[in-house]
Amino acid sequence: MAFFGFAHGVHPPEEKGLTSGLPIRRMPYPDELILPLRQHAGKPAKLCVKVGDYVERGDPVGQADGYMSVPIHASAAGTVSAIDLWPHPDGSYVQSVHIKVDTYALQAARPRLVPQWEGLTVEQVIKAVQEAGVVGLGGAAFPTHVKLAPPKDYAVHTLIINGAECEPYLTSDHRTMVEFPERVHFGCRVMMHTLGVTKAVIGVEKNKPDAIEALERTKPKDLDITILPLTVKYPQGAEKMLIHAVTGVEVPSGKLPVTVGVVVQNVGSLAAIAEVFDTGLPLIERIVTVTGHGLKRPANLIVPVGTKLKDLLAYCDGVTPNAREVINGGPMMGMSVSNLEAPVLKGTTGIVVLTDEEVRADTVYPCIHCGRCLEACPVFLNPSWLGDLARVKRYQDMADEHLADCMLCGSCSYVCPSNIPLSQLFQASKVALRRIQTAGAA
Amino acid sequence: MILQAILILGGTGLVFAIFIAAANKKLKVWEDPRIDVVSAMLPQANCGACGLPGCRAFAEKAVGGEIQPSKCTVSNAERIGEIAHFLGVDAGQAVKRVARLACAGGSNVAMQRAEYRGLNTCEAATAVAGGGKGCAWGCLGFADCERACTFGAISMTAEGLPVVDVEKCTACNDCVVACPKQLFSLQVLDHALFVQCKNLVHGDGVLEQCTVACTTCGKCALDAAPGLISVASGVAVINYDKIAEAEESATERCPTGAILWLRGAQFARVPALSSSEAA
Repeated sequence: MAFFGFAHGVHPPEEKGLTSGLPIRRMPYPDELILPLRQHAGKPAKLCVKVGDYVERGDPVGQADGYMSVPIHASAAGTVSAIDLWPHPDGSYVQSVHIKVDTYALQAARPRLVPQWEGLTVEQVIKAVQEAGVVGLGGAAFPTHVKLAPPKDYAVHTLIINGAECEPYLTSDHRTMVEFPERVHFGCRVMMHTLGVTKAVIGVEKNKPDAIEALERTKPKDLDITILPLTVKYPQGAEKMLIHAVTGVEVPSGKLPVTVGVVVQNVGSLAAIAEVFDTGLPLIERIVTVTGHGLKRPANLIVPVGTKLKDLLAYCDGVTPNAREVINGGPMMGMSVSNLEAPVLKGTTGIVVLTDEEVRADTVYPCIHCGRCLEACPVFLNPSWLGDLARVKRYQDMADEHLADCMLCGSCSYVCPSNIPLSQLFQASKVALRRIQTAGAA
Repeated sequence: MILQAILILGGTGLVFAIFIAAANKKLKVWEDPRIDVVSAMLPQANCGACGLPGCRAFAEKAVGGEIQPSKCTVSNAERIGEIAHFLGVDAGQAVKRVARLACAGGSNVAMQRAEYRGLNTCEAATAVAGGGKGCAWGCLGFADCERACTFGAISMTAEGLPVVDVEKCTACNDCVVACPKQLFSLQVLDHALFVQCKNLVHGDGVLEQCTVACTTCGKCALDAAPGLISVASGVAVINYDKIAEAEESATERCPTGAILWLRGAQFARVPALSSSEAA
């Protein structure tokens, strides 16, 4: 069997067994939904409701502010009860729309007109995707319609679909592929049509044989879709690693995948696109894996966007007494949450609750220059050296050492025998560098 | 044998000595001797607060008449006067500025929502969900500013807040850059009116996060001269163009002490600190 993978990387414990066999269930509507206007990469949405307005399920509460932005829709019918600053999972406070959910509403989706995608031009499809508020569901929440319209100077030849889901614990993409393979294929069809490509590859890690089987079984006969089993390794699902695994081509540093003629989409995003052209539903709910040994009843849930994390955890029967840390996303790239009032966003792939024993609070020792981080780094940086630079705040030198290529996958922190929190150092450095650069520009 | 060696070494030494002496005559650059004197009178902290790359550069500019001696904020008035007298120039108007922290939420008054474990720097903690403090704008207390301060003007209190020693502070801007929450600003020392809160949440709900936060009740704005204070942004903001009209009465009805009339020390109205810090 051919090797479809990439050099370097790590093998953290998968821990997916907690939820990988659990069918997706729908979570009931909570009493109150919080819809932050900043849920995606790019410009935040522009508010378009006021306190006291009644909104139906699927009505916009925020409009797209320019091209690099998407609207936010109400994920349940109800009354706008407040518009204020509310905790965001990233720790800041963001302007958010509160919706008091109408208990007796039908919760019928709006818009009720389903766009007939085959009759639409490429521009109209892109517009429909933007208006439905679809963003990348893999975590980064990059607006999907932007990816549908790649710059004209590059010829796109392949659509790569990311079903790797290499992050430990998370199974939302896995379950999507097992339970809704037709949706993935339908979304793939729309994307291929829009991009004008004839070839698509769905990359799935080999540890999900049921997903590969389901995708193979439902594969449309008239499309050139390959389902490619990938080696099981972290971070296989990182965009540039996946492209390398599928095509053997390395995306140049600082360049977008389109420069090598590929566009990458997450399976969840494809399912969301399928939803738009199948039922007309905008992106108002998503599949979230709620899991971890600190949680009483792990589950794969369809969660309305805007559900507070505390409501979500309460629906899963709450946390165990030894639960210690709640992570938004997976344990490798996810971020600890400091406030459970924060809502589930469009980009929330999973919520992981770790126990006291799992949360590492080991002593940090000096670097022994063992070089394990160099062997782990999937983008061939020197984390040890970058860490030294970060500690003495030589941010400009870090930028010269290609800090921008670091995607904060956490592989270096994971393998470090001295427990040096390298990934955190780099994240803080990236923030500091941006601050220095904006201060310099001003 | 010995004589030969002495002759060779002495001879080459003599040749080079003549060469160096000639070069010294030929290539001599005249430098104003006053630069050395002025430089010696400066604090030699090389802090950069004047905007120049060091005290020597400042001395050169001062002797050249391009900068007024008072632009050195680190030195004291007496020394500045000496330099001005020595150079025979006007000392200029020195406006003493100090760094002030727009947060009074020490661990005694501000709620800690989550425990943060990790690198003990504000910068790193900010990157992890804002650092775990209930207030997303407040001081985290990991002392990035204390480490950044070259003059030892910043010290941390038991409640985890930095206190600026106005005597030692030279307004060099280092702490302003170091704080990831951007809580420090350089303020004119004589300006007594100051808001020590940056929390943008409206209303009394903010008191759950911190009991000394600005609740945007607007009493200070009503009591002050029109246009001096505004609470529209979510926190009381002082319009420093109108600072001359500021009076202490504006701060008297503040329910939390977020706006205060400075008397010597910055945290004069925070109860836990009042005994040691109040003037």
